[in-house]
Amino acid sequence: MKAVVAVIGQDRKGIIAKVSTLLYERNVNIIDISQTIMEDMFVMTAMVDTKECNVEFDVLRHELADLGSEIGVQITIQRKTIFESMHRI
Amino acid sequence: MINNSEIFETLNMINSEHLDVRTITMGISLLDCASEDYKKATVKVYDKITKYAENLVKTGCDIEKEFGIPIINKRISVTPISHVAASCGHYVDFARALDRAAETTGVNFIGGYSALVAKGYTASDRLFVESIPEALSETKRMCSSVNVASTKAGINMDAVRQMGQVIKRASELDDMACAKLVVFANAVEDNPFMAGAFHGTGEGECVINVGVSGPGVVKCALEKVKGEPFGVVADTIKKTAFKITRMGQMVAVEASKRLGVPFGIVDLSLAPTPAVGDSVAYILEEMGLEQCGTHGTTAALALLNDAVKKGGVMASSYVGGLSGAFIPVSEDAGMIEAARSGCLTLEKLEAMTCVCSVGLDMIAVPGDTTAETISGIIADEAAIGMVNSKTTAVRIIPAKGKTVGDTVEFGGLLGSGPVMALNNKSCADFIARGGRIPAPLQSLKN
Repeated sequence: MKAVVAVIGQDRKGIIAKVSTLLYERNVNIIDISQTIMEDMFVMTAMVDTKECNVEFDVLRHELADLGSEIGVQITIQRKTIFESMHRI
Repeated sequence: MINNSEIFETLNMINSEHLDVRTITMGISLLDCASEDYKKATVKVYDKITKYAENLVKTGCDIEKEFGIPIINKRISVTPISHVAASCGHYVDFARALDRAAETTGVNFIGGYSALVAKGYTASDRLFVESIPEALSETKRMCSSVNVASTKAGINMDAVRQMGQVIKRASELDDMACAKLVVFANAVEDNPFMAGAFHGTGEGECVINVGVSGPGVVKCALEKVKGEPFGVVADTIKKTAFKITRMGQMVAVEASKRLGVPFGIVDLSLAPTPAVGDSVAYILEEMGLEQCGTHGTTAALALLNDAVKKGGVMASSYVGGLSGAFIPVSEDAGMIEAARSGCLTLEKLEAMTCVCSVGLDMIAVPGDTTAETISGIIADEAAIGMVNSKTTAVRIIPAKGKTVGDTVEFGGLLGSGPVMALNNKSCADFIARGGRIPAPLQSLKN
């Protein structure tokens, strides 16, 4: 199942490292990743495949959110379909 | 690949602009539960609902978590109980069965304690309508509606008279009862929104209908086109409505697939909540009105309502329900402020209902309002619906012991609102006539 991980917050060292480590530990494959600074905010999105994820989607969602609070950014994961349905005909 | 700005646009709509799916409503036919023995029938009703809707709430929550889109309500609508219970009576026992089924399945409301009497009453319809106050006061999650008029049949003024008495009586029995009771003209059979949802007899066995929302998203989109002409305003609303509806369509299809139940319709509605920033009134004010209710409000609302439909229609494979902007006074922060300041009056609200969905909704009136006056309000609103071939409704709450200017608290999504002033001249002799107002001409439309 393809999902989008979105990270937004104040820039600091190690955000991508920490997020990708967690995804690696959960056996989630990163298909595509992009990072930029928009209006002074760190913005990162990653397209991931959770097909072989070793925990339930909801557990992963909580772990990412917890990691976000730990390092002071907001991290969400949502199935890709929601973005496609809204922005693509 | 979806780009970053699209991803964050969606996230921003959800996190800051209150975008949500307002309701997933499962419609269930109860026609096969009818029996001459009310005990048998009520058991069948309870069993069927709890079996069909067993996974409704869980599925809604799963979709919410996986897609990251809040789904505020999971609800059930059923065949009008006046049909199901016609041969056995004991209507309030059916109400209790519905309420228990709602509790077991975990939905917050179940709709369908309804009667359709636009042209006339059957013997059991009349008794059923009489039972509504008791049924509402003995249940927590059950909603009731009565259709008293239609463009094809006219207005059943006997039912209008009776509904004035029913609303009055319900308000005396229970403060919350009238918030769960709607009087319709041209009621639709696939409405997913409470309190007026019921599963019409033209519907299938079981169906999933979805109501979308997002006044906050429309308001924020309009903030970016300040001062632009109305063509730009309409286009902006259409584009936003399209995006909102696409999301509703996706949720509807997903819920339908997971539950193994056919997808019915998406209801293209702008349904406000009392949360600041989730208000239809604020959209109208964003268009340039100092406060909702002033001159220009009806025109602004007409544009909004039409643009929402135009934008939404292409985004969904099946559109239905009420589809339009709702203006429930107590559930909309901007409407509450406007009513409190005196800018928004009942007369203006009535005019607004000519161009939007649905009617005089969640309006608190003084506790000493007579049944005849309530019937008069219903008759006026039904006339608007009948003549304009649209659904109109009245959900009015006589606030016991309160008078104009006092505040009534309903709690939760139902919000709070000021008691509004009514015209103090009597319409009792008009209502006492009874009978039927004939259906209107469909040509010579001036």
